[in-house]
Amino acid sequence: MITVGMDLGTQRVQVVILKDGCIVARSWAFSGFDPTKAAEQAVDEAVKQSNLKLSDVNHFAATGSAIDMAPYAYSKVSMMSADAKAGVFLVPKARTIIDIGAEEARAVKCDEKGIMVDFVVNERCAAGAGAFIEAMARALEMKMEDMGPLALKAERASPINASCVIFGESDVVSLIHRQESKPEIARAVYDAMADRVSSMIHRLGINPEVVLVGGVAKDPGFIASLNRKLGLTVVIPEYPEYVGALGAALIAATRVKEGKK
Amino acid sequence: MSKPKGKEFWRWQEYHRIMPGKKWSSKDIITAGVDVGSVGSKAAIMVNGEAYSWGITRTGSNSPESANKALDYALEDTGLKVSDLKYIVGTGYGRVNVPMANKAITEIACHAKGANYIWGPTVRTVLDVGGQDIKAIRIDETGRVVSFLMNDKCAAGTGRGMEVFADLLQIPIEQIGEISLKVEKEPEPVSCTCVAFAKTEAMGLLRKGWSREKVLAAYTRAMAVRMANLINRVGLEKELVVTGGQSKNIGIVSRIEAILGVKTLPMPNWRDEGSLDPMVAGALGAASLAKALYEKAQKR
Amino acid sequence: MITHYGYCDGSGEYYIIIDSDKCSGCGKCVQKCPQSALKLETEFIDLEDKTVAAVSEEHRKKIKYTCGSCNPESNNVPCVLTCEAKAISCVWNPR
Repeated sequence: MITVGMDLGTQRVQVVILKDGCIVARSWAFSGFDPTKAAEQAVDEAVKQSNLKLSDVNHFAATGSAIDMAPYAYSKVSMMSADAKAGVFLVPKARTIIDIGAEEARAVKCDEKGIMVDFVVNERCAAGAGAFIEAMARALEMKMEDMGPLALKAERASPINASCVIFGESDVVSLIHRQESKPEIARAVYDAMADRVSSMIHRLGINPEVVLVGGVAKDPGFIASLNRKLGLTVVIPEYPEYVGALGAALIAATRVKEGKK
Repeated sequence: MSKPKGKEFWRWQEYHRIMPGKKWSSKDIITAGVDVGSVGSKAAIMVNGEAYSWGITRTGSNSPESANKALDYALEDTGLKVSDLKYIVGTGYGRVNVPMANKAITEIACHAKGANYIWGPTVRTVLDVGGQDIKAIRIDETGRVVSFLMNDKCAAGTGRGMEVFADLLQIPIEQIGEISLKVEKEPEPVSCTCVAFAKTEAMGLLRKGWSREKVLAAYTRAMAVRMANLINRVGLEKELVVTGGQSKNIGIVSRIEAILGVKTLPMPNWRDEGSLDPMVAGALGAASLAKALYEKAQKR
Repeated sequence: MITHYGYCDGSGEYYIIIDSDKCSGCGKCVQKCPQSALKLETEFIDLEDKTVAAVSEEHRKKIKYTCGSCNPESNNVPCVLTCEAKAISCVWNPR
């Protein structure tokens, strides 16, 4: 059984090919102005990687914010379901999955089979998503990948207005003008984000294992703040950014098996 | 992108004024209100509940100092000393930081009373759009607050949010009002109220060939819709007044009027020597409440 | 005076609304709130200082999360249900 999962995000498209329950290929492309074309490119790349042909694929499934632009006849998978399925596949004891994308943050509660039980979404407000961290890195005039290690150097966080990206940017700029410590500002950014995520999942109940995925899952500054805030250690699976595509591919396989194409 | 904090989005000058033709004597009830805001500090002196003088200065890093400076400015050339003031009410962003005040009162109560003083008993709904917050206040004919809402969580519609858009479209902030009206047909509002996401949406529209005027109109409309919602949340009752920095943005004001189907009351022109200045509404309200509190204390 | 604690942002509008004219300052809502988001505060009303319920400062800008677990869409939340004076209500409109 060969299935292809496509995760079409606003910035990137990720593709995973699953063959008989094993991941045989991963690839990605920038969404750019034509996510459909980007997805086709990523699928072609993945197919090559796995030494398969497009015609070998039993089923395509798509997820992500640009789901409607997915190429090839496909079935739709919600981002929440994909997170839950892939989360448990990668971390069998996973019961809470936190997925922080650039424009949206989600938390999913699931059972041992990877079926979603409850979820919480934070959308349409940049402060609740990865966009917050991106904007603060710009205000600190540094690359996102440098901000994490910098934050780890701080022992305390400067107070910043974290309810809004725009107000946060102003605060960071004036703190820098006042020569406040950059590590402490960076840590404040991550603490604010962690505080918000923690409040968000409060409603679901914090059921371990807690798995963190999405672009932000590779940021050591955020991981440290989140662990501190939740009082536990979140699990980061391998290739966290492919969780959506993997979940779609897994659910596609289930659907084929159950004849629900 | 990097701008120092405290940049005003609509330029205003420090100044003080003594209302022409007004006098004071030691028999009068002379009271003061001091309103220390995040950007400007204002103090107003009232004689028997009538505006006599006021001063507006920039708030410094130290609130008590700013309060003193504003009060001294209001007293300048009047012949009055602080000891002549029968009662002083402090208010503002950090109302506890007016050291010489007899009492601290919330800025909402003071602003409402001040709006009632400036525009008269017919004003019932006030939308105050500041640099970093938006307040919607419904008041009764005496200036008492009936219903109130403050939004400082989200930058959409605040001076800061508008500045981000002005920067993006490379339009000077003082012109965004009139330029947003330079469209033949009013476009649909942008779908994102969130300023950060609206920026991305705007860049997409520009790429699609929209003119800057049209993008600005779409964004301004979205902001006006948002503000109309806030007004409806506290309940719209005529007459409506828009105060604060965005009151000078005719793109916002005209759209709010169109959406709600009401005309806002005109602003007094503070440049006229005999005119009141809406910027000192909070301080005037505080001075007016000071008189009421003084009289109440005298009755005991 | 009716005070709306909360906000309206891109994701919707969320308010806990307290009418200080009706509020007796009994503090029952403060005790019932599972998040300890409410407190008693002094408000200046009609030239007097009155003790009334209010949402604590730290929760005002994140009320969506603080109150989320009580399912405010139903308006059957502990604070609203326990108030005899019907001084407290909520508006919850996610987009």
